[in-house]
Amino acid sequence: MAKILDDTPKPTAKERLNKTLDGVQGSQAWSSIFRPGSIFRKGYTDSPRNRSYVIMNSVLYHLHPVKVKRHAVKVSYTLCLGGLSFFLFILLTVTGIFLMFFYRPTDVQAWNDISNLQTSVTFGLLVRNMHRWGAHLMVLSVFLHMARVFYHGAYKPPREFNWVIGVVLLMLTLLLSFTGYLLPWDQLALWAVTVGTNMMGYSPVIGTQVRFVLLGGKEIGGDTLLRWYVLHVLMLPFVIVIFMAIHFWRVRKDGGISGPL
Amino acid sequence: MTEIPEHLLKRAQAAREKAAADEGASDAPAAAAAASADEPAADPRIPAHLLERSKARKAQADSAGGGGVAVQEKVASVVAAAPAGGGVPVGAGPGGHTQRLLTVVKSGSIQDVKASPVDKVHTWPHLLAAEFVAALACISFTFFFSIFVNAPLLQQANINKTPNPSKAPWYFLGLQELLTMFHPMIAGVTIPGVGLIVLILAPYIDKNPSNKPEDRKFATSLMTVHLMFWAVLVIIGSFFRGPGFNFTLPWRDGIFFEL
Repeated sequence: MAKILDDTPKPTAKERLNKTLDGVQGSQAWSSIFRPGSIFRKGYTDSPRNRSYVIMNSVLYHLHPVKVKRHAVKVSYTLCLGGLSFFLFILLTVTGIFLMFFYRPTDVQAWNDISNLQTSVTFGLLVRNMHRWGAHLMVLSVFLHMARVFYHGAYKPPREFNWVIGVVLLMLTLLLSFTGYLLPWDQLALWAVTVGTNMMGYSPVIGTQVRFVLLGGKEIGGDTLLRWYVLHVLMLPFVIVIFMAIHFWRVRKDGGISGPL
Repeated sequence: MTEIPEHLLKRAQAAREKAAADEGASDAPAAAAAASADEPAADPRIPAHLLERSKARKAQADSAGGGGVAVQEKVASVVAAAPAGGGVPVGAGPGGHTQRLLTVVKSGSIQDVKASPVDKVHTWPHLLAAEFVAALACISFTFFFSIFVNAPLLQQANINKTPNPSKAPWYFLGLQELLTMFHPMIAGVTIPGVGLIVLILAPYIDKNPSNKPEDRKFATSLMTVHLMFWAVLVIIGSFFRGPGFNFTLPWRDGIFFEL
């Protein structure tokens, strides 16, 4: 009986601790964070090599090359408008996800949910405000970005295709803003969307059908709300992200931003 | 003066001995080879005047003491010594030359050499720092604006109660303004449709390659007129339209506009 018992002495607390530490420090996660040359291991010193690593060893490498033309970093040339549009999109996604926790897209509950969000959810009013003002700001910044690109002649070869993508992005931004407009389900939303969709109804040949598909019926109602909600939180963001990816890729493919004039 | 590598000399020597050994085997080819080596002018492929010039140059070089002798000529003189032993190295050309010019590759004809390096700076910190500050400014503006100004939330939607005036979102107010002037088909479809298509096709319509403002006065003025057209319509639609979408003055009747 005694033979099959384990004779090795029980590890002490210190041995166990050391073993755990070794396990952690030998793990893949540890060695990838504290890999040789990592700034977590030896600190960041300002050298051309480390400046390159900041981009090369991070997800930013998808957006930026390690080096850019000197004139491209002049704020007065781009006014940061394209970058700010993207940043506002991220801000809208974050605040939008917060809002989704408190919102049900039905004609009975939608308005009450927004009202409750403003009065009884912590930071609910603030986040809703930021989402709304951020959306208007994004429409504005995308529009100004387009004007900036036009006045710099940046749509000329080799960037023609990226201009086309850009116009599509402007349209998608307007559609995102417009679909979001209906969701509070107040008088402002309902009648603004009524006016807007009536305009679409004037399209030749397919006007009536387009309006029917968008409204989910002959008139605005609960079905419209659900439809526009799905468009607003899922479909249009999905499409715009794809177009943004192409847009950013083309910027680098075409040799960075245009200019100098 | 360039030295001839030892292994090449050895190879030439070996070839010479081989030729000498072959000479004993057959008389006629060796004699012919010797003849051609002795008298290169016999080669019909080389024009006579070139051979004359070459001979004169060689004589000149010899008299100069070999100070300016080029490599080929040195090789040639080494090889030319072969006929004394009787025979030419394998693969030697007319006059005993063991090398010739195949082609001249000019610089830049195959690989494009970038003439002017572009002036570049590191993205970090020069670009990322600016982007970070811009993002920070943007989020703090939105944040503080949201603290002080609330988003509108009117009464719950009611299909049976039409507010007066009913306005579209501000970016569509230009279109709504056009609807007061034209048939819906023109104002709602034709004008924005044509505008959108022209906008998309701008790079394919505008063939002017310059991006200098002074070269594109027509394009920039057209765009400015276009932008102003919509801006004025949106401003009128937003602030100068009251009940019944009739023209009002905002300082007299107030503003009928919600963002």
